[in-house]
Amino acid sequence: MRTGGISLALVCAGCTGRQTVLAPMGPQAAQLSWLLWSFIVICAVIWLLVMLVLVLALQHRTVPVQHSERRAAVIVGISIAVSVLVIIALTVMSYAATRGLSVAADDPVVVRLLGFQWWWEVTYIDRRLDRTLVTANEIHIPVGRPVRIEFSAADVIHSFWVPNLAGKMDLIPGRSNDLTFIARRPGVYRGQCAEFCGLQHAHMALLVIAEEPAAFEAWREVQLQVARLPETAEQQAGRTFFTSQACAACHTVRGTSAAGTLGPDLTHVASRSTIAAGLLQTTRGSLAAWIADSQTIKPGNNMPMVMMTPEQLRAVSAWLADLR
Amino acid sequence: MNDVAPMANHINCGLPQILIAQGSPYENNAYQLGQGKRLYDWFNCKGCHANGGGASGLALTDGWWRYGPDPVSIFLSIRDGRPHGMPAFANRLTTEQIWQLTGYVRTMGAYSAQTAAPSRSDEMESRPAENRAPAATDLRIPPSR
Repeated sequence: MRTGGISLALVCAGCTGRQTVLAPMGPQAAQLSWLLWSFIVICAVIWLLVMLVLVLALQHRTVPVQHSERRAAVIVGISIAVSVLVIIALTVMSYAATRGLSVAADDPVVVRLLGFQWWWEVTYIDRRLDRTLVTANEIHIPVGRPVRIEFSAADVIHSFWVPNLAGKMDLIPGRSNDLTFIARRPGVYRGQCAEFCGLQHAHMALLVIAEEPAAFEAWREVQLQVARLPETAEQQAGRTFFTSQACAACHTVRGTSAAGTLGPDLTHVASRSTIAAGLLQTTRGSLAAWIADSQTIKPGNNMPMVMMTPEQLRAVSAWLADLR
Repeated sequence: MNDVAPMANHINCGLPQILIAQGSPYENNAYQLGQGKRLYDWFNCKGCHANGGGASGLALTDGWWRYGPDPVSIFLSIRDGRPHGMPAFANRLTTEQIWQLTGYVRTMGAYSAQTAAPSRSDEMESRPAENRAPAATDLRIPPSR
């Protein structure tokens, strides 16, 4: 009994982490959570009834032979009818819940999410082109306002899955899918790629950061600005190296000549909490480690090793760590 | 790997010792060729060379090489550029990437059967695939240009 209680507690502890369907933070996620619980309860009741009948059948094995065939036919008939009814009911519930997932909304925040091996490019669409914003691996959203995410992929199929907020949706190259959801409570909700997409599929995380509308707008204004100017000579040297060497061929830093589009936009890289799609906390040290040897940290990723001296590495990491 | 010693006209020389010691991975390894193929797309080689047939840049599949057919000549063309428009990629690509691209460019024409090939194209092929059998066209006919 005590062991049972402990294992039950362990199971429940697993459910209250950051990333779970069982802690819905928005109406769409709540619908999915409700559907999940309904299926679990209904299927558990049916399983218990079947087990009960099985036990009874094993205890009373002596049935009079002359009645058995007719009785069996009646019992099987009733069982089939009940099964069909239960399956129809579950299908209708599932249909109703999925139908409610994609709601048309007025004035949503529109975010375009492009999947790469193995990171996410996040573009905030605005009617004004100069207010269109590109960032990576973190989606900031305002609480209480619908968010429409439009999905596509640059290379292979990926899948968006932030269980606290919404269901799954695939990112398919050459095709656009979308999903609309609302976050009811501020918080940081982890998501990850849910479609096997290659060697580093497991290291393709995504953070959805739901904030009060005022905080969201403030964040957006900061992100719309170009990169900070370097303050120290070391940062200046880092900026010069970055823009004159191979770094700039793949990465964009707005406000400099670096305008590559193959890797994440680094204009405000230090404002994001992680680098390499959730793999490392953003610190100057982790940035330097990543630049020095990203293939050891995340084998197979598309970042090549750019040859540089220790001084150059220190300079580049100092500059990047300052890009808040 | 960056250490090549070509002739004075920047054409033709043997592979660096390190690549020979490794068994020419940028020629014989499908992963390296596949990376080269991605770089060919990402770094807009198509902008001038199209899918190998050539446009404002020279053709890469007709078997004629203005600056030599060997890997080092092609490596130098990419790294340092060539006259009349070929830009230098020394500060845009790492040495390894230039070798990957070199390996890929050499598979585009495919004049002999290879055991290693890059991955299949996602779009429609405008020319025979890199992993096909050797080219059937007669290479003794020089290009019209």
